[in-house]
Amino acid sequence: MAKFNLNINGKEREIDVDPTTPMLWVLRDQIKLVGTKYGCGIAQCGACTVHLDGTAVRSCQLPISSVGDKEITTIEGLSEKGDHPVQQAWLEVDVPQCGYCQAGQIMTASALLEKNPNPTDEEIETAMNGNICRCGTYTRIKKAVKIAANSINA
Amino acid sequence: MTLIKTKIGRRSFIRTSTLASGGLVLGFNWLASCKNKTEEEILAMPKEWFEMNSYLKIGDNGMVTITTPNPEFGQNIRTSMPMIVAEELGVDWKNVVVDQAPYHAEKYGMQFTGGSRGIMTRWEPLRMAGASARHVLIAAAAQAWQVPANEITTEDGMLYHKATEKSAGYGEMASAATQITIPEDISLKEVKDFKIIGTSHKNVDAKSIVTGEPMFGIDYQKEGMLIAMIVHPPAFGLTLKSMDAEAAKAMSGIKDVVAIKSFKDDYEKGGFDVNAFPEIVAVVGNSTWEVLQAKKKLKVEWQPFDSYTETINGFRGTQTKNVPAGLESSTSHAAKMAELAAKPGKIVRTDGDPKAAFKNAAKIIERSYSAPFLAHNCMEPLNAFAHVEGDKAQIAAPVQIPSLILPTLASSLGIPAENIAMEMPRMGGGFGRKAYAHFVVEAAMISQKVNAPVKLVYTREDDMTNGIYRPSYHATYRAALDENNNMTALHVKAGGVPESPLFANRFPAGAIDNYMAEEWAIDSNITIGAFRAPRSNFMAGAEQSFLDEIAETIGKDPIQFRLDLLKRAKENPVGERNDYDAERYAGVLELLREKSGWSATPANVNRGISAYFCHNSYAAHVLDIRMDDGKPVVEKVVCAIDCGIVVNPDAAVNMAEGAITDGIGNAFFGELPFKDGMPQKTNFHEYQMIRMSDAPKEIEVHFVENEIAPTGMGEPPFPPIFGAVANALYKATGQRHYQQPFVTEKQIVG
Repeated sequence: MAKFNLNINGKEREIDVDPTTPMLWVLRDQIKLVGTKYGCGIAQCGACTVHLDGTAVRSCQLPISSVGDKEITTIEGLSEKGDHPVQQAWLEVDVPQCGYCQAGQIMTASALLEKNPNPTDEEIETAMNGNICRCGTYTRIKKAVKIAANSINA
Repeated sequence: MTLIKTKIGRRSFIRTSTLASGGLVLGFNWLASCKNKTEEEILAMPKEWFEMNSYLKIGDNGMVTITTPNPEFGQNIRTSMPMIVAEELGVDWKNVVVDQAPYHAEKYGMQFTGGSRGIMTRWEPLRMAGASARHVLIAAAAQAWQVPANEITTEDGMLYHKATEKSAGYGEMASAATQITIPEDISLKEVKDFKIIGTSHKNVDAKSIVTGEPMFGIDYQKEGMLIAMIVHPPAFGLTLKSMDAEAAKAMSGIKDVVAIKSFKDDYEKGGFDVNAFPEIVAVVGNSTWEVLQAKKKLKVEWQPFDSYTETINGFRGTQTKNVPAGLESSTSHAAKMAELAAKPGKIVRTDGDPKAAFKNAAKIIERSYSAPFLAHNCMEPLNAFAHVEGDKAQIAAPVQIPSLILPTLASSLGIPAENIAMEMPRMGGGFGRKAYAHFVVEAAMISQKVNAPVKLVYTREDDMTNGIYRPSYHATYRAALDENNNMTALHVKAGGVPESPLFANRFPAGAIDNYMAEEWAIDSNITIGAFRAPRSNFMAGAEQSFLDEIAETIGKDPIQFRLDLLKRAKENPVGERNDYDAERYAGVLELLREKSGWSATPANVNRGISAYFCHNSYAAHVLDIRMDDGKPVVEKVVCAIDCGIVVNPDAAVNMAEGAITDGIGNAFFGELPFKDGMPQKTNFHEYQMIRMSDAPKEIEVHFVENEIAPTGMGEPPFPPIFGAVANALYKATGQRHYQQPFVTEKQIVG
């Protein structure tokens, strides 16, 4: 066990865990932020995506000891009132079915638009291909990403 | 005006006295389910709630809580079911909040989410819940105003009496309304008067989903809760021999390691008690990561089991099932399937004289189709929360049919069923998998053993290798053609491991004078279960690919070919047991032909068409494929559906889009092969799922407009997509596709 001071959604958090513990389980088990989802544990499905200093990363493969003082943003901290342009676009298109993968999809999409506010269809597909949606909402996700891009650029 | 007897499901309308008059009981996710829960709006919550019936509470300020009876796994019934109640009640949708019912058979009957039965079976009871409440509100106003009830009108949660210019909100009359007896007959709205049903309403849970609020089974938390994970046999055909838990128990944060047995020896299993691994080991500890580490230190020995026979008491009555010993492989399954496909099967239906028709045929076309086992791979892995204390148990688990796991829970725990309370949190996908709730029994038995609240979580690997798969199937179709290219006979022989996929009485049965349907099955110890549109999800692809090939051989347009068969089935059906409505089936094809611009298909577009009837609904697709450097790209899918009245159109479109995408993924890539009893794929690095780049670039969904009571929606658009993919691939590549998955297939003409 070891103590870590983490910056999660703008708040300081002190936790005491095994240093090999992935960020995903620190969030879900220790900090009780369960919006970040477990899907595969091997960085293949994207359900656990969070932002590390603004970059989308798979929290299931991110040992807590490697985080240091980098800023972690989870779905709960993406916006204060749930009104990030990507979240708003998701609501406008009414994307979710079961909803389990959507936090990860939104975190990947918001990181993409941060770096590339005007992505082509192909760039959207490349960025989003790491996130599996078993319900098959991909056409809506793509549409919502484009709406979010438009609203960011407006 | 439709009169409806309130006796149907009248128990649902019995008011429970503890809840009436403001005796407020809220589920754990009630506030989370409020659609617009700004601080001001929470403050605007009523001071008092009045229970109209099991589905409906009205607040003194006119707010309405609608309790949705069935568990949700993504079909958006948490929105569409309350919409049905709100329609008949006559309230403004923005004043409605949705609450999730816990498991309560007496109030809600079978809370079964599966078989595309949700809206279909709840249609009448939910309409009645709204209409009966509206009735007593009107009666209360009539009493208060001393005017005849039939002069009172309602709109958007208000009561009006025009002559006396009196008006009141529902909230003002709610208290008095609870004192009024519900009559024997209740009148329902005419379809043409619907204001909420048939208009798209957004998912009531969307805001909670996009902000990451706790809502899924796996999110459940309780003070003092431990985490449990399982270790199960690595191969089907093996069972627990012994374990050495010393090293695992010594690991940091580990509370216990326990072996559990899911069934009592004399327990007679129900149809959904499927479980390949009833004896497993569970590691229990403080946190998921600690338990995962300890799992690796656990030493477990497995041993082969002997063949056995078990009795299952399910929906189809009492059945005997043979479970063979041994370690099975896909290669041996394929050889056995080919062997049985070549022998006579069990004849299920014969019309006319198919033998003579084949003997006299000018030409016979025979093709065989096959498909592998599939894993459901719900994005939310199997999990369950359980807290067993003495002779009581609290459960919160993502399950599709809570009532069917209750007897098993009661038997395995040795406590009365009425002492088991079950909450039904949202499921992160179901697709049939979460109808088989062995994981709930496991969680409860672990909790009982360690005497603590426990959340059992399967790893992805545990989930994918635990069984209850879509079976592996095979079908051979034969058609006899005369010298004028008329199809004179059709013969289908289908089977699988371990069940046959055959539907002997579906189209094109009924449209052909000489018809024969046979089936066979191969026993297996690999467990199977319902997977979105069971059996249909294979038969549709085989049948619709075969019809496409016949149409091409005889030189007919594939849509016209199907319509001609349906015309025959409608005007002069063969046999009496045909289970589809030929007119509705044809209607879907005609709508699709129009909307897809079929007759004007450009020469460079590779289009496949396919249609199917299942779960009481009709669906058809036209799918366009472009080959890009040898890789198929699905450009567009146009879909037509007849599922009766569409309650929430955009949500239904979403579901159809999902079914199409899911089907394309499984047709292209879906496969779980076995070797020596072991699933050869264990996680998403091996099991290829459809991703965004493989999904259709565009999907268009059209509904047949009619006033038929709603029928199935979640499953019907799924099966026909397999045929549409196969038929479009043929156009794009010149090769017919017979063996799923198509992208890895070695082409062999059937």
